[in-house]
Amino acid sequence: MIRRQAIVLLALVGLLVATYLWLYKIGMLGELQCGTGSCEYVQTSRFAELFGIPVAFYGVVGYAGLLGLGLAGLQPRFAANRRVGALLATLATAGFAFTLYLTAIELFVLHALCRWCVVSAVIMTAIWVLSIVGLRHPPSMAR
Amino acid sequence: MKRFYMLLVAVAVIGGGALWYGSQRPAAPPAPSAPLPVAAAEAFHGYTLGSDSAPIEVTEYSDFECPFCASFATVQMPVIREQLIATGKLRWRFRDFPLPSHKYSRYAAMAAQCAGEQGKFWEMHDQLFNNHQWAQTGKNPRSLFRDFGRAIGLDLDKYDACMDGQRYAARLEASVQEGEALGVRGTPSFFVNGRPYTGRGTSDDFKALADSLTKKHK
Repeated sequence: MIRRQAIVLLALVGLLVATYLWLYKIGMLGELQCGTGSCEYVQTSRFAELFGIPVAFYGVVGYAGLLGLGLAGLQPRFAANRRVGALLATLATAGFAFTLYLTAIELFVLHALCRWCVVSAVIMTAIWVLSIVGLRHPPSMAR
Repeated sequence: MKRFYMLLVAVAVIGGGALWYGSQRPAAPPAPSAPLPVAAAEAFHGYTLGSDSAPIEVTEYSDFECPFCASFATVQMPVIREQLIATGKLRWRFRDFPLPSHKYSRYAAMAAQCAGEQGKFWEMHDQLFNNHQWAQTGKNPRSLFRDFGRAIGLDLDKYDACMDGQRYAARLEASVQEGEALGVRGTPSFFVNGRPYTGRGTSDDFKALADSLTKKHK
């Protein structure tokens, strides 16, 4: 159960980060607090959109989905449900693959790293690891 | 479990509050990025208009997001081009001086340099200044600049590669550093044959200046 709690907490933080980047992208935030990173450069590149939709919005949807599934998985009647675990792992794997793609673009095409994207990548990786481990060792009983 | 939900609510409230606060604040000027090595700027000294044999050279330090620069480019510059540059009296040199207080001026300068790589610097220069509404919206101008590029006939794949690779970042930084060394503090700033120009910056003033300098040359 502690793993699902961790997934929920991480998904919430990821949702906040993705929302922050999305709000910037649609012009609701003046600038990104990025320190020495290249957030604005990455966010204004052509890779910051996919099919005309800001990449950050995919993050908002993905993290919201993970958050909703994680919260459902914490309910006593779903705690031992393997389907919830499988759905979590599937969504997390898709998110992790997307994260790998975006990180590769940053490293090998743009040669610039956006700190918030790195934070999101770390969160998504952690969620993916936790969901895969949870798939192999599902919570037996809700306490 | 109750404590966990309390923690969740606390994170949501604090994070949501921070986002709300951020969306209410006016945009602060972005912090200047670390300077890039000037050596990488391959001794480029700006795009020029006009004859190499023109007796007078005006160097303009400009910022694509600056409203005064846009006004100069759209009101005064056409007359200067027609009456002074086209007639061989003047050569015009454009230098970038993107001000840190402008969010997208460096990005716009990069777009012009990437267009310049395909021989269309002045065409992009004109697009950026003639359609200056982009500088007032505060919105990401990436797709608009690509539209400008398409309108002037750029190869957009090459343009994208240039923009994504920040190919001329060092060139822009070198231009800023050279401007600072010359005492440029704002835009547009002009130098006539290397000397600071303190006139009003109208086409009439430049005409009078060109006339007086040309007489001296004779």
